[in-house]
Amino acid sequence: MISSLLSKDLPRSRILTAMLAAIFAALALAPFIFPGTRPLDVAAKVCVFVLLVASYDLLLGYTGIVSFAHTMFFGIGGYGIAIALSRMEVGWSAIALGTAAAVALSLVLSFLVGLFSLRVKAIFFAMITLAVASFFAILASQLSDITGGEDGITFKVPELLRPAYRLLEEPFLGVTVGGRFVTYYLVFGTSLLLFLALLRVVNSPFGRVLLAIRENDFRAEALGYRTVIYRTIANCLGAVVATLAGVLYALWLRYTGPNTTLDFGIMIDILLMVVIGGMGTMYGAVIGAAIFVVAQNYLQEAMKAFSEALRGVPLLPDLFHPDRWLLWLGVLFVLSVYYFPHGIVGQLRAGTKK
Amino acid sequence: MAESLLTLSGVHTHIGHYHILQGVDLVVPRGELTMLLGRNGAGKTTALRTILGLWRASAGTIRFESGNIAQRDTPAIANLGIAYVPESMGIFAGLTVRENLVLAARRGPPDEKRLDWIFRFFPPMKKFWQLPAGLLSGGQKQMLSISRAIIEPRKLVLIDEPTKGLAPAIINNLIEAFAELKQTDTTILMVEQNFHAAKSLGDSVAVMDAGRIVHAGRMADLAADAALQTRLLGLSLEAHQ
Amino acid sequence: MKRIDWIPPALLLAIVLGALAMIGSPSTWVTLTVAGLAMGLLIFIMASGLTLVFGLMDVMNFAHGLFIAIGAYVAASTIRLFAGAAGADSFLANLGAIVPAMLAAAAAAGLLGLAFERIIIKPVYGQHLKQILITTGGMIVAEQLIHVFWGPDLLPLPRPATLRGSFLVGDVAIEKFRLIAVVVGLAVFAAMLLLLNRTKIGLLIRAGVENKEMVEAMGYRIRRLFVGVFVAGSALAGLGGALWGMYQESVTVHIGASMMVLIFIVIIIGGLGSIGGCFAGALLVGLVANYVGFLAPKIALGSNILLMVLVLLWRPQGLYPVSKQ
Repeated sequence: MISSLLSKDLPRSRILTAMLAAIFAALALAPFIFPGTRPLDVAAKVCVFVLLVASYDLLLGYTGIVSFAHTMFFGIGGYGIAIALSRMEVGWSAIALGTAAAVALSLVLSFLVGLFSLRVKAIFFAMITLAVASFFAILASQLSDITGGEDGITFKVPELLRPAYRLLEEPFLGVTVGGRFVTYYLVFGTSLLLFLALLRVVNSPFGRVLLAIRENDFRAEALGYRTVIYRTIANCLGAVVATLAGVLYALWLRYTGPNTTLDFGIMIDILLMVVIGGMGTMYGAVIGAAIFVVAQNYLQEAMKAFSEALRGVPLLPDLFHPDRWLLWLGVLFVLSVYYFPHGIVGQLRAGTKK
Repeated sequence: MAESLLTLSGVHTHIGHYHILQGVDLVVPRGELTMLLGRNGAGKTTALRTILGLWRASAGTIRFESGNIAQRDTPAIANLGIAYVPESMGIFAGLTVRENLVLAARRGPPDEKRLDWIFRFFPPMKKFWQLPAGLLSGGQKQMLSISRAIIEPRKLVLIDEPTKGLAPAIINNLIEAFAELKQTDTTILMVEQNFHAAKSLGDSVAVMDAGRIVHAGRMADLAADAALQTRLLGLSLEAHQ
Repeated sequence: MKRIDWIPPALLLAIVLGALAMIGSPSTWVTLTVAGLAMGLLIFIMASGLTLVFGLMDVMNFAHGLFIAIGAYVAASTIRLFAGAAGADSFLANLGAIVPAMLAAAAAAGLLGLAFERIIIKPVYGQHLKQILITTGGMIVAEQLIHVFWGPDLLPLPRPATLRGSFLVGDVAIEKFRLIAVVVGLAVFAAMLLLLNRTKIGLLIRAGVENKEMVEAMGYRIRRLFVGVFVAGSALAGLGGALWGMYQESVTVHIGASMMVLIFIVIIIGGLGSIGGCFAGALLVGLVANYVGFLAPKIALGSNILLMVLVLLWRPQGLYPVSKQ
C-alpha cells in the first residue's frame, strides 16, 4: 500500500525512512503538536517548499537543466489568485479562475522559453531563464496598478479559510478547529498529493526517458527520443507544479508580493534546498526544504548565541553573525556539489549499502 | 631499413566505453613516409590522435626518439617536433593565412626562406596571404593546414587523409608537394584512403584492422601484390582509385 | 563567411540615425546618444571577459557579477583613502583619486578571479550543470563574505566634485562622468583590439576560441592562456564595477548580480564567445535602452528582452556567431 503510494520508489535507507516519517508526522500533526502561530507558519512553509523544490528537482535532478525562472512560475501562481481574489467576488470560483489562469500563463511561458532555448546547451537555458525571470520581477514591481508594485497584494480568502472562522464550536483535542486549521490541511493535503504525483512521474517510463536524456542526450536522441520534446514537457510540468505551490503559499499568507515569490533570493533558496537535500531523488526536496526552512527560522538564534560567545575574537563573531546563516548554507552547498552530488539523501543511501 | 623514429608497442586506447586501439604495434622509420591504411573505423585516426596525446593511451608505450611519450600531454608532445594535419584540417577560419602560419611557427616569426619554399609548391598561400582562412577553398585550406605543419623543420608530421574530398588536379598538386617534402629529412606518417596517392608516395606501409596492425612492410611490395591488396584492403580501395 | 560582417554596425548606425529622426531635438538626441554609449561601453567592459572565457573553455561563470561588486567595494574603500584628492576642487586632483580607485578595483577583482578559477572553476571543466551550480554557490558565499568585511549596509561612494554635473555645449547637456565612462570604455576596447589582432597572445586567444584542440596540437598550453584571460576578464569586470559604483554613488552587494542580467543579454545578442559581437551587443543594448526610455518609457523595461528576442529570431546564434570546430 505505502509502496504503491510511493510508486515503488522507497527511501532505501533506514535513517532516511525515519527522517521522512518524522517530517511527515510533524507536518501531518503540526496543528496539534505546535499550537503557536509561528511554528504553524513554519510547517506550512515547509509543505509549500517541499512541493516547490520537488518540482524543481524534476528539472535539475531528473532532466539535467538549470532554470532560474522557477520563482517566476511560483509568483505567477501567487499573483494569479491574489489578483482574482482582490478583483472578483471573494469565493471559490475566484480561486479556481485565478489558479486556472495562472496555470495557463505558466504553461504558455514555460513552453515558449523551453522551445526557444532548450534545443541549445544547458548554459544557454540558464542564462535565458535568468533574463526572463528578472524581467518578470521588474514587470511585477512596475505594473503596480495590477500587482500592487513593491507592496504586493493583500487579499481576502473565502470564509472557510479565514482565521476568525470556527468550523467546530469546541476545541478538538485542545486545538481550535477554525480557518487556519482548514487552510493548513488544505496546504498540507494538496502538497502531499502533488508530491506523490511527482514521485509517480519520475518513476514512470517518462521519468526514465528523462534520466536517459540527462545521462546522454546524444544516445537518447539516437534511440529515437525527441529530447527537446521530453525536456519541454518536463519544463512545463515543473512550471505548473511551481505555480500550484505559489497558489498554496499565497492562500496561506493571504498575501502575494515580490518578496514572497519573485525575489531572486528565493531562487537561491530553492537551489540550496534541492542540492543539499539531494538532486534527482525527490526525497531530497523533503529533507532539504525541512532543514532549510527550520534553519531559516531557528538557526539564526543559535548563531546569535554562538556569535556572542565569540565576542572579542577578531572576525569570528562577524562570520557567525545571525545574518550570515546563508554563508554557511552556501559553503554546504558548494561542498555538496563537489563531494555529495546526491546530497543528504545520496549519503544516507550510500551509507546503507555498505 | 632506416632506424625507427617512432615506435608504438601494445598501445590500447579507450574512448568512453569503446575500446578502439587494441594493442597497436607500429614502427615509423626515420626519414621515410609511412602510409597507414585500413578500412573506415579501423582506428587509423585514433592512432594518430593517440600519438599526439589527444587521446590518452590506456596501455602500451609510444617511443619517440629515446623517450616514452605515451602519458605526456599534447603541447609537450607537439613541442618535441611533431606536427599534425587533422582530417578536418583544423584551420582557424577567423585568422588570416598569415596569422595561421605565425601561430604555427613556434620559434618566432616564420623564416623567409622556408616561406618561399612553401610558396613554391602552394602558390595560393602567397596570393591569399592576408585573406581570412575561412574564405579559402577546400584544397587551399588543406594546403594551409599542411603549410602550418611544415612552417618549421619538424621531426615527424602526422597527416590524416589529406586528399579527402579534393578534386583530382589538387590531389596531384598535393602529391607533388609531398614528394618534395620527402626530399627534406622530414618523417611523415600519413593516413590515406586514396591508394593511388598512397602507392606513389609511401616508402613503408602499415595496414590496420579492428584496432590492430595486421600488415607492415615496404610499400613497393604491397603495390606489386594485387592478391595481398585484396586480402588486406578488400574492394574498398578499388572504388577510391 | 565575409571579411567583416558590416550588417550589425550598419544596424547600429541606422538605429542612431533613426532615433534622431524620431526624437527630433538634436540636443536631446546627443545627450541620449552619449548616455547610451556610456552605458554600452560600461557593459562591454564588464561583459568582455565573460564571453571570452566561454569561448575559450566553454565555461560560463554565473558568479561574474561578484567581480563587479568587489570592484565597486574596493573603489569605495580606495576613494576613502584618497579623501584629500577626492575632495579637492581640481580635476587633476580628482583624477588622482579615481585612477587609483579604478586600478585597485581591477587588481582586487583580478586576484579574486585567480583564486576563483583555482578553487571553484578548475574542478568542473566540461561539466555545465556543475559549473552553473558551483559558480552560483560561490557567488552566495562570496556575497556573504562581502557582508562580513564591508558590513551589510549600503556603502556610499561619493563622486569627486569636478566629476559631477554636466558640460553644456551650446544647448546640449552631457554628464561629465558619462564622458569618462566613454573614454575609459573606448580605451579598453582599443587596447583589446590591439592585443587580439597585433600580438601572438591575441592570435592564440582568437584561435583558441575557434579550435582549442588544434592550438594544443601546435604546442601551446591553452590552460595557461585561459587562466590569463579569466584573470584579465575579472579585472575588467572590477574596473567596470568601480565605474558603475561611482556613477551610482553607492554600492550594495547586489550591484553585480543586477548587472548580470544585462551582461547575459549582451553576450547572447553578440554571440557567445565573440568579442566583436559583445561590443556591438553592448552598444545596441545601451543605445536602445536610452532611446526607448525617452521615446516610450512604458516599454523601456522590456526593451532589452525584446531586443534579445528579435536578434535571436533574426540570427539564432547571435550577431557574430563563433565558428566552432
